[in-house]
Amino acid sequence: MGFILISLIILIGITSYFLGNLRAKNLRTSNQKNLKSLSHYYGYYVALWAVVPALLILLMITSFKSFFIEQYVLSDFIALGSYTETELSLLFTQIENIAMGIKLFDENTILIDGAVNKLNYINKTSENLTYVTVLGFSGLLVLYSIFNINHKLNSRKIVEKFLIVLYFTCSLVAIMTTVGIIFSLLYETLRFFSQVPITDFLFGLNWSPQRVFVREAGDLDTRDLANAFGAVPLFAGTFLIALIAMCVSVPVGLLTAIYMSEYASPKVRDWAKPIIEILAGIPTVVYGFFAALTVAPLVRDIGQGAGLTVSSESALAAGFVMGIMIIPFISSLSDDVIKSVPQSLREGSYAMGATKRETIVKVLLPAALPGIVGSFLLAVSRAIGETMIVVMAAGLNAKLTANPLDAATTITTQIVVILIGDQEFDSPKTQSAFALGLTLFVVTLALNFIALQVVKKYTERYD
Amino acid sequence: MTDRIEQRINSLNKRLNSEKRFRIYCIGAMSFALAWVLILFLNIFSSGYSAFYRTVIQVDVPFLNLIEDTTQFSEMSSEDINNLSMYSFSKKAIYRLFPDIEEKKDKKMLIRLFSIEFEQEIREFLKSNKSNINETETIYLTASDDVDQVNKGNYPRDLDEDKRRIKDIQLLFFDDLVDRGLVSYEFNLPFLMRGDSREPELAGVGGSIVGSLFTILVVLILSFPIGIFAAIYLEEFAPKNKVTDFIEININNLAAVPSIVFGLLGLGIILNTFGLPRSTPLVGGIVLSLMTLPTIIIATRASLRAVPPSIREGALAVGATKMQAVMHHVVPVAMPGALTGTIIGLAQALGETAPLLLIGMVAFVVDVPQTPLDASASLPVQVYLWSESAERGYVEKTSATIMMLLGFLILMNLAAVLIRRKFETKW
Repeated sequence: MGFILISLIILIGITSYFLGNLRAKNLRTSNQKNLKSLSHYYGYYVALWAVVPALLILLMITSFKSFFIEQYVLSDFIALGSYTETELSLLFTQIENIAMGIKLFDENTILIDGAVNKLNYINKTSENLTYVTVLGFSGLLVLYSIFNINHKLNSRKIVEKFLIVLYFTCSLVAIMTTVGIIFSLLYETLRFFSQVPITDFLFGLNWSPQRVFVREAGDLDTRDLANAFGAVPLFAGTFLIALIAMCVSVPVGLLTAIYMSEYASPKVRDWAKPIIEILAGIPTVVYGFFAALTVAPLVRDIGQGAGLTVSSESALAAGFVMGIMIIPFISSLSDDVIKSVPQSLREGSYAMGATKRETIVKVLLPAALPGIVGSFLLAVSRAIGETMIVVMAAGLNAKLTANPLDAATTITTQIVVILIGDQEFDSPKTQSAFALGLTLFVVTLALNFIALQVVKKYTERYD
Repeated sequence: MTDRIEQRINSLNKRLNSEKRFRIYCIGAMSFALAWVLILFLNIFSSGYSAFYRTVIQVDVPFLNLIEDTTQFSEMSSEDINNLSMYSFSKKAIYRLFPDIEEKKDKKMLIRLFSIEFEQEIREFLKSNKSNINETETIYLTASDDVDQVNKGNYPRDLDEDKRRIKDIQLLFFDDLVDRGLVSYEFNLPFLMRGDSREPELAGVGGSIVGSLFTILVVLILSFPIGIFAAIYLEEFAPKNKVTDFIEININNLAAVPSIVFGLLGLGIILNTFGLPRSTPLVGGIVLSLMTLPTIIIATRASLRAVPPSIREGALAVGATKMQAVMHHVVPVAMPGALTGTIIGLAQALGETAPLLLIGMVAFVVDVPQTPLDASASLPVQVYLWSESAERGYVEKTSATIMMLLGFLILMNLAAVLIRRKFETKW
């Protein structure tokens, strides 16, 4: 229904554009007097009146409709007063199912039959009513705005003002997203911390949220509940895997950047750079598949050949593949930074008789250090927030370990493990995922903030 | 004197040697990075290409045993054919391949060479050819995953029998069928058309391709206008004040937020507060739009900034209003850049998995979705789902799905490069 209605509104909008345009032209020729704006601006003006309020009303109706329908359909049950809110909503889904022809229970009471009839009736009426209201409103406003067109009306100003407001609203989406993220994370996190002390979460050494099911059966007391949500093993695992990733990507990325900016001929640069950047464009789920199916067994076999016990979900495999994913972030950022070191520093060093390596190591790198450190920090924040590789290739059980050959789990893995599939929203287990999310959000934001400040400070120095 | 010269030469040689070494390290690092691109692609392609072919076994089906006169089929409606009981008939048609076998156990083994939907496949054949069915028709039936893998050589035949999923007697049957020329390869069209399935030989990516397309469509519809409008406002109209600064800080921060946090936002706000339906491309698209917006805004702003001021000033000089100058002259010039940014953002969204896991787009969906409001998977999520399955057939399917995903991404990036090349103006 929504699709047809919206198409109708758009159709009205297009027609009213021509109507407004025509009316303005007629006005100009009949009175031999100039209008304040070009005639098509009057067209836009009428079209805006036709479309914008109608869409807003439609939005309002669709967002409040379901609530009122539910109230109306369940009015008999509400009047009885013996149902709780959850029972009522269950009842409503049941009635909806019956109305759609799905019969799950045969015990239809008269009340339910009545409610089904009511639902069918109100669905039909509300649809008709929506059509009449929205289209009627739109038509009325078209008439109003057409008769409003006169010599004094400056429609261009109005249309332009509307556009500016529209553009401004669009740019507010960024703020709204941030607010939405913070709100959704904080709300659940606060509910989580009302049951589990924050110190237990931040400093506890045992992570086993699956134990909450046991508590719901009534076997464990709250102290055990608190002991289930110690996030230190997750922080440690995240740190370990990020560290392995950095051990791979920092030397490779930095040396690649040096080669690209100082040694490579333009020709080599032109084809090598895009190829390396392909690594940044490959979806992370592909790396995850690669890590789980190719690299992890390889690492295990090599380890076993050397007489070591290697878990098949070793942190080493996940970290290594993540490191490969991060190489282009470090190489392209460092490349930019090294290139932006002023040529005079290079030439000064060469003039003293220094070799290329000496120039790079003793002059360029120290000069570019802040920017390079910034790129490392950005890469670390990438590694911490990366999800799919660790979900597919790292371990799922939290264990406090510093051994890269052991299985380690990360913050992001646990968020996915907890929230995948069906969730109960009142359980501290689900809420703990949001607390982990908030931790992740704060840490990556802080890292990015510091990194950007460092890079900015640095670029300003040579500008 | 010569001592000192020798010393100098020695030290110079040392320096030059270390210069050479350093250069080799650099080249080594770059080759390492390049090699992994190659390894990754080779690995995926070598294990994935075989999924585009499937094994079929030729079976003669004596329709005369089902009905007295095969012309009667032409008068039956599809529903009548659906109501025909064909299970034991189809089984018997398969038994005819080996008329000698008597034991029930062996017959069962023979049936297991075929996918479990063999009855359905014969029925579909009957439905689509009902007007001219001969007494006996040759039908190509899908082989089971185990047979398919053996035929492709992906399955080790020399393992102990109890470690193999395919038994000795089945291998005997299979080899005999190969000798008789009844086993053949064909292009795996069903793989591209069908939805997911619990049987690897029947599972397809059709559902997830459509799911991905719907998701990307939602992202395009939402993030393209919002992103461009926001960029125009921030670059051309925004006054220099705290609100503008705050918006800019927010956009830069959002670009760095891990994608899984957007999944939490989608779960907490879009699903639980606004009550939009779970597992749908609509919700997936909304979440991914929020994620790609910063990319689009930043790219569009950059290309607006690159438009020389002379264009703006020229328009203003001949009496255009600020809005007219921007919309008629600046934005069209900046449009290729904005489009490139949008396509790159869409490519990011297409490959994104983590947020979709949290909003429930991991459901097992057999039907190909019809609208953005139907539950569905998407290509990357399909990769994740299949990679968790143990059956061998899913490994090649996963790799093939990745090949298709990478194919789409390459196409999109190519389009972005072409647009940039074609419309880029140097001032």
